[in-house]
Order: sequence, then C-alpha cells, then structure tokens
Amino acid sequence: MTPVTGLPPWAALLTSVLVLLGAGLALTGSLGLLRFNSFYERVHAPTLATTLGAGCVLIASMVFFSALQTRPVVHEILIAIFLTLTTPVALMLLVRAALFRDRIEGQAYDEVKARALSADKRALLPHHRAIRPAPIDLPGGHHPGDGHEHDPR
Amino acid sequence: MRRWLLFPLLSACLLAMWLLLNQTVAVGHLLLGAALALCIPWTMRAVQPSKSRLRRPGTIIRLFFIVLGDIIRSNAAVAWIILSPGQRGRTSNFVNIPLELRNPYGLAVLACIITATPGTLWVGFDSATGVVTVHILDLIDENAWLDIIKGRYERLLLEIFE
Amino acid sequence: MIANVLIGSLTIAQILLALAMAGATFRMLRGPRAQDRVLGLDTLYINAILLLLIFGIRSGSTAYFEAALVIAVLGFVTTAALAKFLMRGEVIE
Repeated sequence: MTPVTGLPPWAALLTSVLVLLGAGLALTGSLGLLRFNSFYERVHAPTLATTLGAGCVLIASMVFFSALQTRPVVHEILIAIFLTLTTPVALMLLVRAALFRDRIEGQAYDEVKARALSADKRALLPHHRAIRPAPIDLPGGHHPGDGHEHDPR
Repeated sequence: MRRWLLFPLLSACLLAMWLLLNQTVAVGHLLLGAALALCIPWTMRAVQPSKSRLRRPGTIIRLFFIVLGDIIRSNAAVAWIILSPGQRGRTSNFVNIPLELRNPYGLAVLACIITATPGTLWVGFDSATGVVTVHILDLIDENAWLDIIKGRYERLLLEIFE
Repeated sequence: MIANVLIGSLTIAQILLALAMAGATFRMLRGPRAQDRVLGLDTLYINAILLLLIFGIRSGSTAYFEAALVIAVLGFVTTAALAKFLMRGEVIE
C-alpha cells in the first residue's frame, strides 16, 4: 500500500497533472531525438526534458512531499539548479566536438558553419590568457595583450 | 571581514546547499555548513578567477522571469514542431550575431540561457570580433532572433555585468 | 478516489518515461555517429532521473532523491568526458 491515501485532494491533483506533463515533455523530447534528421537538430530535443520536463516533475515532488510531511520540502531545487547549470555546458561541449569532427572529416558545410569553426578555434586562446594574473595598469590606459596586437597563431 | 570571506556569493551558495542536502536548519548544521562555506572557497584561490561585480539585483530578478517565460513558450513551440506530422518547410541553420557583451561571466550566462532554451543552441563565440554563432531549430526570420538575443537578453546582461 | 487518480497518473508517467528511455536507447544503439550516441546517453540519464523522482513520489520516500542527484552528477561528468574524448580522440597531433 502506498502512503498516497492521506494526501489532501488538491495536492494529489496538482501532483498528477505536473507528473503527467513532465513525463509527456520528456517523451516528446525523446521522440524529437528519433525524428529529426541531422545531429544539430537533434541536440535541441533533450532540452525539453531538462527544462520544463524536469521542472514539472521536481515541482510535483516538492508539492507531494510538502503535503505529505506537512512541512516545506524544497531539496529538489538542488537537482533543478544542477540540471539547469550542467545541461547547457554538456550540450555545448558535445556540439563543439561534433563541429570539430565534421571539420576533420571534411564534410560539406556552408559558410556560416565554417565561420563557427574558426570562432571555435580562436576561442581557445583567451582562456589561457584569462588564467594569467591581471595586467598592471599602465599610464594612458593601454594594456598589453587586450586585443591591440594580434597573436600570430 | 574581506580577508576571511573571499567569495561571499560562493560561501552563501555552499551554506544553502549544505542546509538543503541535510533538510534542516538546526544550529549544529548551521555551524558546520558555515565552517565549510568559509573553508572551501579558499581552494578557489588557486583558480584565480577574474573579479566581477553583479549589479542591479532587480534586473537579475527581471531577467530570471523573462527567461522562465521564454523557456515555457519555446518548450511549447518545440514540442509542437516535434509532434506535428510534416517536417517539410522548416529550416534550421546557424546564425551569426554580433554582441557588445565582453564580460566572460556575462557571456557564460548568455550561453547557458540560449542553450537551455529549447530551439536555440550556442555553438561558438569569436572573441576577436565578438560574433556569436547560434543554431536555431525553426529559422523563419534571422533578424527576429537577432532582436530577441540582443534586445532581450544582452541589454539586461550588460546592465548587470558592465 | 483522488488517490486512485494519483496512482493512475503516476503509472502512466512511468510508462511514458520508460518509452522515452527506450527512444533514447534506440538513438544510442543506432547512432549513426558517435555524437548521436553520446546525445542518446545524455537523454537516457535525464529520463532516468525523472523516473527515479516518480518512484520516490510513488513510494513516499525521499531516499530516491539522493540517487537522482548522484545520477545527475555522474551523467554530467560522463557527457563532458565523452565530448572531450570525441574532440581529442581524433586529433592527429
């Protein structure tokens, strides 16, 4: 027997609706993963599950446990924060890897995509620069290495 | 105060995380969490993060709600695209958008916003020209997207970070 | 009465999420390319998190929350590491 019986009706109803909505969105995202034709379209699909899908299920869990234990239960918010922070990072890494592989294999890509690749390559440089300590303030407001001279690499 | 509390925001987040994980606000856990929140940021000194200031908390809250609304709306839009039977007539392509935002934290937040919103995807940023490449699932009007990203997000992020 | 509605919708949600996991698994096994497989794995673990949360609601225990959190952490690290491998594994340097 589940402990569901002692729940106030509004909480049970709200939980059901939110759970169904979240699961439906996750399934839709998974369907998109199957239906779309190219990789770059498919990357859009899992974001359905990670944003609103996960949000709905997490709010459902919060409502359910708060009503069940008659005290605010909000620790699900940790998963929400974690997912919203990590999923974009993971997807961006994956897209960069895919672009890189496409370029290595010499697949045909249009001009805009080619531009994205060169941007990707150049973006590696300033990361190393940012780790260095901040440049000392020179009179006249000119800082060495802030874009006035270009790296030959 | 400044010597002990190196990164106040990070310390506050760590304390909040500790209390949420333990699901309590008891004094013992408050003290333990506070001790951890004071000690762990010291390891961050090795990374030497560049200093940045968050300004205008009102704008941050406004940006949060704008992004929340956009995520809900684009979820519905992308779900509709996936569930509608025909896939003809939809073009998805890369779009280049010139940005004025240069603050690395601001750019990171913008990248997370754009990627977390279904239908748009951050692909790369050219730090020499300040051009960002975004992949858009349902590309109808390039200028409309330019207006959304520049007018809606970048303007607020410029207010917050610069 | 209302409890039956809740149990029913939890069951339906579990079935939907199982189908979503099957779709992600199909994409993971089918490919066609390595990045598609990694994307399938990413979707798979996110759906697993949601499924665990619904298990938690069903059993009325918050113990599933920790499992979901651990899967979230490990899944992110996995995707990041695999993306890095796709980048580095092919470089001829």
